[in-house]
Amino acid sequence: MINFLILPILIPLVTGVLLIFASKRIMLQRWIAGISSVIAIIFSALLVQKVRVSGIQTLDVSSWEAPFGITLVSDMMSALLVLTTSIIAFLCLIYSFWSIGEAREKFYYYAAFNFLIVGVNGAFTTGDIFNLFVFFEVMLMASYVLLVLGGKKAQLRESIKYILVNVISSALFVIAVAYLYSVVGTLNMAHISVRISEASQGNPPGIITVIAVLFLIVFGLKGAIFPLYFWMPGSYYAPPAPVLALFGALLTKVGVYSITRTYTLFFYHDIGFTHQLLSFLAIMSIIAGVIGAIAYWDIKKIIIYNIIIAVGVILFGVSAMTTDSLTGSIFYLIHDMIIKASLFLLAGIVIAITGTSNLHKISGLIKRYPGLGWTFFIAALALAGIPPLSGFVGKLLIVKGGFEAEHYWGAGIVLLSSLLVLFSIMKIFINGFWGTPRAYNEEDKVPVGKMLIAPVILVIIAVFYGAGSEFVYPYILQAAETLANPEIYIEAVLKEY
Amino acid sequence: MKTNDVILQTATKVVLFLIVLFSVYIFFAGHYTPGGGFVGGLLTSGAIILLLLAFDMKTVEKILPVNYMYMIAAGLLFAIGTGAGALLFNVPFLTHAFTDVDLPILGHLSLHTAALFDLGVFLVVVGVTMIIIKTIGEDD
Repeated sequence: MINFLILPILIPLVTGVLLIFASKRIMLQRWIAGISSVIAIIFSALLVQKVRVSGIQTLDVSSWEAPFGITLVSDMMSALLVLTTSIIAFLCLIYSFWSIGEAREKFYYYAAFNFLIVGVNGAFTTGDIFNLFVFFEVMLMASYVLLVLGGKKAQLRESIKYILVNVISSALFVIAVAYLYSVVGTLNMAHISVRISEASQGNPPGIITVIAVLFLIVFGLKGAIFPLYFWMPGSYYAPPAPVLALFGALLTKVGVYSITRTYTLFFYHDIGFTHQLLSFLAIMSIIAGVIGAIAYWDIKKIIIYNIIIAVGVILFGVSAMTTDSLTGSIFYLIHDMIIKASLFLLAGIVIAITGTSNLHKISGLIKRYPGLGWTFFIAALALAGIPPLSGFVGKLLIVKGGFEAEHYWGAGIVLLSSLLVLFSIMKIFINGFWGTPRAYNEEDKVPVGKMLIAPVILVIIAVFYGAGSEFVYPYILQAAETLANPEIYIEAVLKEY
Repeated sequence: MKTNDVILQTATKVVLFLIVLFSVYIFFAGHYTPGGGFVGGLLTSGAIILLLLAFDMKTVEKILPVNYMYMIAAGLLFAIGTGAGALLFNVPFLTHAFTDVDLPILGHLSLHTAALFDLGVFLVVVGVTMIIIKTIGEDD
């Protein structure tokens, strides 16, 4: 079936619409949302396999041929990210069943949830720069709703900031697309790439470098890189745990994906400037993130700053532009999506039990909740990249790629950051889980057992992802080869080219 | 003092139908001339807002007992359904089809599935505008 690659976008879209009709019937909503996201996982897995067997999948929407219509492109990278998104969406969904509360569920929570997934999957799959913008907006609109839903004071304050920042960055995105369109005269990503390399025979015109930096600013605002991450610690602090897990795992990663896509497909002609800038900003993000992560005594804040570190590590790999470092980046990107989702969900359980995220007020949780404690411990080790677990291979390849590209100090900082990440996350474990148990508010019983299902599955996935990297490696290598050789992508989209 | 809106209300009753007719015209004209689902929808909701200005919320709800939330969802289903119809024929998503029909009274018509997509847009626009206005209006 030629429409196969649109199914991960179409299924949550139809589900979201159906959930509007069922908005007052909570059990029905849960069943619809749950079943459809299982179906979405199955189809995304089949899509990954299809890309593995028969190469890049493209779909010229509404039968208009490649540069003239909207083309959806599923190369290995986007197929893998779509699969990861579907899995994380399903697990955040079942976590929501026991934690989000009726008031939110009756107010279109699941519909907004599904529209967020539509936006993320669409942004990963599209092959058209303006369509990417539209899917960004779909994703952001849904995230505004999820952020503000509930109407607590902190949520209202932080959504004002979040919306303001994103409206500005979206306007910049439109301006950047307008500049690019007036230079190359096309919106199809593969065609843009062809036109840019035609224009920069020998010496790329300065305007293209300017546009490259403008795109870096736009996607950097979405993906929270060094000077542009200022909105994130506050905004991500406000929403409830499953929403935070979705945001932390998916939203910034869409920005990272877009930087990766544009910097490997469009702007690879003046690497000396653009990619140097990218690697500088990536390293600064790592440093800024590390400072935040070790400074705070708040579970959520520590994990939020770890997102910034991870974004820096991934983008450092992208900026080195060797096949090794790109492989490492994709490896690390998928690992980070999984592990951040599980850490936020675990932090959500801790907060549900203790009623606070302040580490000074929590201790001795492992006595009463050993399952929670050990899951958190494994997730923490995976985050830092301890060898058998999932963070290891990605970081190893990124460091290797960094050394190959002779970014010695950058690679050194990536290595050093692992240590401090481990320190920051162990600070949560040692202070929160060890020590003498305290009495917490026992009146409203938290269904810890049920809430643990989702993070435990995520940690199991992370363990298998690390231990079975031999099995995953060919998929990731295929993704990195497409990134390192844009001709493969261009030939798949523009057939006669 | 009790205000009397007799002029406004009488004028509304006449003007309303003109606006609705114009919006329907704009909606169907979209393929060949400026117009389409978006402006058509905005004009229709403009007409309903005129009703809201001349009468009160309860009267309007009695005249038009519509759940606008369902209207949005129905519009989305129209739009997605037109696109997904292509899946049945194994052609790319959103591939449209058209046919020429000669009807007894209306004459020669070319019916295009893009009009159904536009109907979806129309319903969503009316629904969204009315939801926004009604929610703000009902809020005390």
